[in-house]
Amino acid sequence: MKVDLRINGVNRVADVEPRKTLLDVLRENFLLNGTHAGCEHGVCGACTVLVDGEPVRSCLMFAVQADGYEITTIEGLAPAPGELSVIQDAFCETHGLQCGYCTPGMILAAHALLQNTLAPTREDIAEAISGNICRCTGYGQIIEAVQFAADRLRVANTPRPILTEKPVVEAK
Amino acid sequence: MKPAPFDYVRPDTLAEACALLAGDEDARVIAGGQTLVPMLAMRLARPAKLIDILRLPELAGIREENGAVVVGAATRQAQAERDPVIRASVPMLARVLPWVGHPPTRNRGTVGGSIANADPSAEIPLVAVTLGAEILLATPDGPASMPSDDFFVGPMLTAIGQGECVRAIRFPVWPHKRIGTGFFEISARKSDFAFVAAAAQVALDEEGRCLDVALGVGGVGDRPLRLDVSSLSGTRLDAASIREAVNAASGELDAMSDLHASAAYRRRVAVTLGIRALEAARDNAAANPGKGAR
Ligand SMILES: Cc1cc2nc3c(=O)[nH]c(=O)nc-3n(C[C@@H](O)[C@H](O)[C@H](O)COP(=O)(O)OP(=O)(O)OC[C@H]3O[C@@H](n4cnc5c(N)ncnc54)[C@H](O)[C@@H]3O)c2cc1C
Ligand code: FES
Ligand code: FES
Repeated sequence: MKVDLRINGVNRVADVEPRKTLLDVLRENFLLNGTHAGCEHGVCGACTVLVDGEPVRSCLMFAVQADGYEITTIEGLAPAPGELSVIQDAFCETHGLQCGYCTPGMILAAHALLQNTLAPTREDIAEAISGNICRCTGYGQIIEAVQFAADRLRVANTPRPILTEKPVVEAK
Repeated sequence: MKPAPFDYVRPDTLAEACALLAGDEDARVIAGGQTLVPMLAMRLARPAKLIDILRLPELAGIREENGAVVVGAATRQAQAERDPVIRASVPMLARVLPWVGHPPTRNRGTVGGSIANADPSAEIPLVAVTLGAEILLATPDGPASMPSDDFFVGPMLTAIGQGECVRAIRFPVWPHKRIGTGFFEISARKSDFAFVAAAAQVALDEEGRCLDVALGVGGVGDRPLRLDVSSLSGTRLDAASIREAVNAASGELDAMSDLHASAAYRRRVAVTLGIRALEAARDNAAANPGKGAR
């Protein structure tokens, strides 16, 4: 079955079996291996991608269901090859990752959160990553990373397009 | 694991979807896929055909009409959670939605899918039964409806027939001004399926006397159960009356036993959470001045 996908701002076409999940197609057809395959039945969050800006589990969506949406994977976050997004960099700075298995999902979940607010509470962050399991860090450094990224984005002086459209929560 | 092969169709109209369903015993509806896809992946389900109803315009939308809020079956749980009409008019639904899975599952999972799936511990069916919602169906012969009490038959079992699908859920809106809700659940991790859940809604008059009350428990029996605590109407919902009413109503609660919890544990926790939910609903209503709200 032919499917038209829009992945990281690029239109792509794939001919896939309906039973192939978006996760399978991202990894196997488009070699976007940053989206990790963990449990493959909706429990771990390793496969998180953004669909129209909202985090979803790509293992619980068939690729044939994904046409017409804007899909963002971890590969789509960095501003340029070899660079890191502010959130990605914050994860490095605060040791928000160890083995890295959960990291793409965590970062995309955090990215979606910080699109809506730049002053998240600890509870907001915990809720945003509540569907993502990490077996290494104990979560503390991940929460720290997201807080750190929010702090940096809040004081960043280059206006980002998204901030002109959505209300920004002022720093306390 | 990977799902077994199937055909995928995305009809443009609800009538077409019903016709496809009616004509094929091995066809199955897929909405948000948050329950069905794991079942396919583990090969607990092997339909030959999946009929995708998520984008059907007839199943979209949330509207208020004649003392009720009608929520289209394909409404995403995340969308319902943010919806101002639901917050204002069906506060119990707004209250439980943050407990349904996690943000990513709520971004895809639908209100109608949760109803159709009829998990005994699912929060949305609990609200439907507790408030006495009506389930609106699409059938090959046209629209139909049935009360929640008749719709939920057992664990993952509903009265839905071949060729039918859930069109919308009609949640009654209480006419009173001061309404409050309470909700508690016990689960292994927040937002996992509840071992026991209790949801309450109360309406108070200006003096703080109870005008109306509803209490339901989930995860206890083979489907969500409404408990009869109508004896609390007219009282001030003092702790002793609440305790007495909940104990009396849970007398013959038919609780199930599984590897997560014994029947005795479930019964005991249901009573405790039922009491807490009513107390929280009372305090929530008391803190509500009733102005602006309905
Ligand atoms: C990690 C995780 C945690 C979760 N935690 C919870 C939780 O705490 N509480 C909870 O309640 N749920 C929970 N869920 C399940 C919830 O997310 C699902 O959204 C919900 O149970 C089903 O909705 P859906 O739209 O995804 O339906 P689908 O998975 O698409 O369908 C489920 C079933 O309903 C049928 N169906 C769907 N829509 C209709 C319709 N309109 N008419 C007729 N039949 C229909 C399908 O054929 C299928 O049999 C969890 C899921 C995951 C993956
Ligand atoms: S791989 Fe998708 S949730 Fe685990
Ligand atoms: S860093 Fe290893 S699972 Fe999170």
